[in-house]
Amino acid sequence: MIGISGLSKYFHRGSVNEVLALGGIDLQVRRGDFITVVGSNGAGKSTLLNCLAGSYPIDGGRIVIDDCDVTSWPEHRRARLISRVFQDPLKGTCGSLSIEQNLALAARRGRPHGLGLGVRRRDRDAFRRQLAQLGLGLEERLKDQVGLLSGGQRQALTLLMSTLVRPQILLLDEHTAALDPKTALQVLELTEKMVAELHLTALMVTHNMRQALQLGNRLIMLHGGRVILDISGEEKDRMTVEGLLQRFYAVRGETFDSDRMLLV
Amino acid sequence: MTFYAFMGALEQGFAYGFLVLGVYLTFRVLDFPDLTVDGSLPLGAAVSAVAISSGVDPWVSLLLALGAGFLAGMVTGILNTKFGILHLLASILTMIALYSINLRVMGAPNVTLLGKPTVLDPLLNAGLGPFAAAPLLFGVLSCLGLLGLFWLLHTAYGLAIQATGANRQMITSQGVNADHVIIFTVGLSNGLAALSGALLCQSQGAADVNMGIGTIVAGLASVIVGETLFGCRSVGRALLAALLGSAVYRLAIALALSLKLGSFSFTPSDLNLLTALLVVGALILPQLRRKVLWR
Ligand SMILES: Nc1ncnc2c1ncn2[C@@H]1O[C@H](COP(=O)(O)OP(=O)(O)OP(=O)(O)O)[C@@H](O)[C@H]1O
Ligand SMILES: [Mg+2]
Repeated sequence: MIGISGLSKYFHRGSVNEVLALGGIDLQVRRGDFITVVGSNGAGKSTLLNCLAGSYPIDGGRIVIDDCDVTSWPEHRRARLISRVFQDPLKGTCGSLSIEQNLALAARRGRPHGLGLGVRRRDRDAFRRQLAQLGLGLEERLKDQVGLLSGGQRQALTLLMSTLVRPQILLLDEHTAALDPKTALQVLELTEKMVAELHLTALMVTHNMRQALQLGNRLIMLHGGRVILDISGEEKDRMTVEGLLQRFYAVRGETFDSDRMLLV
Repeated sequence: MTFYAFMGALEQGFAYGFLVLGVYLTFRVLDFPDLTVDGSLPLGAAVSAVAISSGVDPWVSLLLALGAGFLAGMVTGILNTKFGILHLLASILTMIALYSINLRVMGAPNVTLLGKPTVLDPLLNAGLGPFAAAPLLFGVLSCLGLLGLFWLLHTAYGLAIQATGANRQMITSQGVNADHVIIFTVGLSNGLAALSGALLCQSQGAADVNMGIGTIVAGLASVIVGETLFGCRSVGRALLAALLGSAVYRLAIALALSLKLGSFSFTPSDLNLLTALLVVGALILPQLRRKVLWR
């Protein structure tokens, strides 16, 4: 249902600093796929997600979502189909607006934000119910400015916002990386719950190999802007952290050494 | 300060109220430093004066001014968003272009409205003195403007305007075309500035091509003075602070001009210096307050 073919992306094309960030990515994402994306720093993971979301113009290839060629769609138009949670907790929410106002904006994702009242009374009840699911007590703080929330609370809120209108695909770019371990786990569990309950199709970038293996039904590894591993189903279930790391170092021309396990 | 000077300052404060609300909208809400108003305020005056001179109803001339200012602001917004010109530069370009356009509109450096109808006529005919009619009418109108903006900023679109200024990535991922929001909001801000220009020209009886000089500085000064004195914790509070700031700013200037220290007194040519000092004072005051409280 999401077809990415020959996707390529350069930065600073034509200058001495030219970087090939994506070198022809081909990826067919099936409905309901929860794909974890791994790869070393600079592999092109964020670039892939940004190109999907339309944040960057691409240099080649096609992106088709639900039989709809969105390659030439600007970012705000693709937001109808795609929602995202960023690594930076500040990016996904608006700190100067209240919790309910942020939710009101997200509840209209992909529809015109018109001249009707932003937050209506009946919205408030729904928001309160949905916030209660997060289990963070935010349902009592509808009118608090989001800038007052902690990073973890903001990230949980962003996650809720990204699913208020069901997206065709949910993009998560290391969305727990900026959180402390306990909060990161909470947000991760929340992610799992939401993806499962709403049967979402999702792409999640992570540096945690164990997480990448535990979550989702499919795993891809990027390196140098290419997909070098794409496993799903039983093959993914059989894969071990060691196996993944071996692949990881093999492509870099390094030998796998079990001491490196300590790094994981 | 005489009673007349006081009422004159209020009249100016409220006439400039729309401009100050517009400046608050661009500088504070949208985070878009817009200098176009130096050109769109006299544009509003020019359009209104010429329209009235050719027989248009003064109230309709206000709408024409609003529309003209809106278009001028849109130009700045489009230069910035569609052509990637830095916002400050884009607004300066529109501003200097407007100087020529304003001369074209008026066909002369100024147009007088002597004996022509104005929006003040009904009040004057009802027996109010001119010193009372203008502050009253402009006060009511600017309060209506304030309410309108308060409503706008609480609509879904208004939330999008606020979010565009605070976090462009976020609002884009919510499916809003931030470029359009910027073009609309800068347009609206300049429409309000032009409305101020139209009111000023009707109360002063003339539009002048140079009446826009220093508009943005005065507008910013009013916003900052208002924020310092009245706070800006919520949108409603900030809007009210901007409007009151406009009145306080004009009163402070009038007060300074009426001061006599021996043989020394300020003249209108000292206005820029006074404005700068006032803004510096308003910016330092919160810091001083904090220091005193800490001790
Ligand atoms: N805005 C940019 N301008 C220039 N080069 C960029 C930009 N963004 C990414 N790159 C380059 O593109 C390549 C891929 O970067 P990307 O951010 O996608 O990597 P990543 O896989 O997300 O890495 P990380 O794990 O560190 O987040 C890198 O070589 C990077 O230097
Ligand atoms: Mg990255």
